[in-house]
Amino acid sequence: MNPLLTVDDLKVSFPTRTGVIEAVRGVSFTLGRERLGIVGESGSGKSQTGRAIMGLTPAHARVTAKTLSFEGIDLLSAAPKVRRDLRGKRIAMILQDPKYSLNPVMSIGRQIVETLTRHEKVGRAEARERALDMLEAVQIRDPGRVFDLYPHEVSGGMGQRAMIAMMLVAGPELLIADEPTSALDVTVQLEVLGILDKLVSERGMGLIFVSHDLRLVSSFCDRVIVMYAGKIVEELAASDLANAKHPYTQGLLNCMPAIGSDRHPLPVLDRKPEWAL
Amino acid sequence: MTTATVSTENLVVTYDEFKALDDVSIDVAPGESFGLVGESGSGKSTLLRAVAGLAPVTSGKIRVHDRVLVGNRRDKAFYRDVQMVFQDPYGSLHPRQTIDRQLLEPLAIHGVADGERRILKALDEVGLGSGFRFRYPHQLSGGQRQRIAIARALILEPAILLLDEPTSALDASVQAEVLNLLEQVRRDRKLTFIMVSHDLGVVTHMCDRLAVMQNGRVVERLSSADLVAGRIGEDYTRNLMVASKGFQRKGAAA
Repeated sequence: MNPLLTVDDLKVSFPTRTGVIEAVRGVSFTLGRERLGIVGESGSGKSQTGRAIMGLTPAHARVTAKTLSFEGIDLLSAAPKVRRDLRGKRIAMILQDPKYSLNPVMSIGRQIVETLTRHEKVGRAEARERALDMLEAVQIRDPGRVFDLYPHEVSGGMGQRAMIAMMLVAGPELLIADEPTSALDVTVQLEVLGILDKLVSERGMGLIFVSHDLRLVSSFCDRVIVMYAGKIVEELAASDLANAKHPYTQGLLNCMPAIGSDRHPLPVLDRKPEWAL
Repeated sequence: MTTATVSTENLVVTYDEFKALDDVSIDVAPGESFGLVGESGSGKSTLLRAVAGLAPVTSGKIRVHDRVLVGNRRDKAFYRDVQMVFQDPYGSLHPRQTIDRQLLEPLAIHGVADGERRILKALDEVGLGSGFRFRYPHQLSGGQRQRIAIARALILEPAILLLDEPTSALDASVQAEVLNLLEQVRRDRKLTFIMVSHDLGVVTHMCDRLAVMQNGRVVERLSSADLVAGRIGEDYTRNLMVASKGFQRKGAAA
């Protein structure tokens, strides 16, 4: 089977006044039509990996890779026009906080329609129809009303559903979700994840789920990549989490206070310098 | 009850027409660690802010150490007794003041003389050396900033600490360090904690008893042991409990 996405030796670095900061240092993986989780703490390079695939790395940063290809298209050498056509149409990305990632001066419906008209030749009535269908698919009860609302008029959970609708309306093959539920309440989180899970499996998309929450990721994905200091320290099947070998992965698993486990003090991560080598 | 260190009686807080707190009564015993959980907008933070004098109390009573607090005015003695740690360590430290100056500020306000010694002791206590004293907040990581916020709260040697989601802005690995630090200072100084969190795991780890809030009301009061054992009375609490267990695919559990 041909993989959907091939990443080989991806590096992202940012030149700054005080020297080059290497955010991603040689990350390699392949992705089929499956759910892949990328886990790590702040600064581990997990988000920059996702952004590099999407082509959203800031202009002053340097992105290099032996291979970075999506369905046979070499993403690094592709013309900007080709990448623009991919972005939103075949590769889509859900961002963390709907408060900041939706356009505040455009109604939710118009933003969804915009995605559609940018990539497909559709009439206005049809675009509206499909946007409404999509809003319904993310379990918004009254799509007609929400269509005309502005982002500040809806709750966080609703905003994030609108975001999912916007990203899925053009029928992408690869979805990158960067902390899609971290800004939401615990009770709403599960609902949004459930919707995401259903749509991804129904449509047979590839999913990259970026998060700092190892437990959440492992319950949601088939395979998990653990990143530390810009590198992959461990890759394992989600069901195999209990047998994680790397001390960093074990540390991440252990340091969460869980209901019913009485551990005082909590074990903390003892960061070894050799992990970052 | 006069044994409680902090208690509220039928507390109501309204912002314009909106009732943020509706008839809330809690009692926190001396030396206890008390948790408040609920979703956003349930009023858990408002309750803390009301105790600290940062929310408009419409009616009801707040009592701290047998003193009834009226309105939003708090005297200096109150702030020597009660200090607060906020959620976001990026927003709660002054970006253009050194750590030294931020720790000096409460001492200057309260006319405490031995500032030098206290600052060094406070930094030491939160596990940061004196090397951090003359840095700016942007030179510190999130976890280090939250340690500074805790140091600033502890520097006046209060008896009660109000903690508003002290670790929700931090990475899981750093969260464990900060929680351990909080437990340790509580043990060393015999502090009373009131802690707000949306994470049931954190609250049951830190607190003996907790109150579950929804729409400005306390829907259930229970002990952490009861919660762990599943002796739960309200559906809402049960929902929170399920949510904290993580994502489960429908049908996959079978």
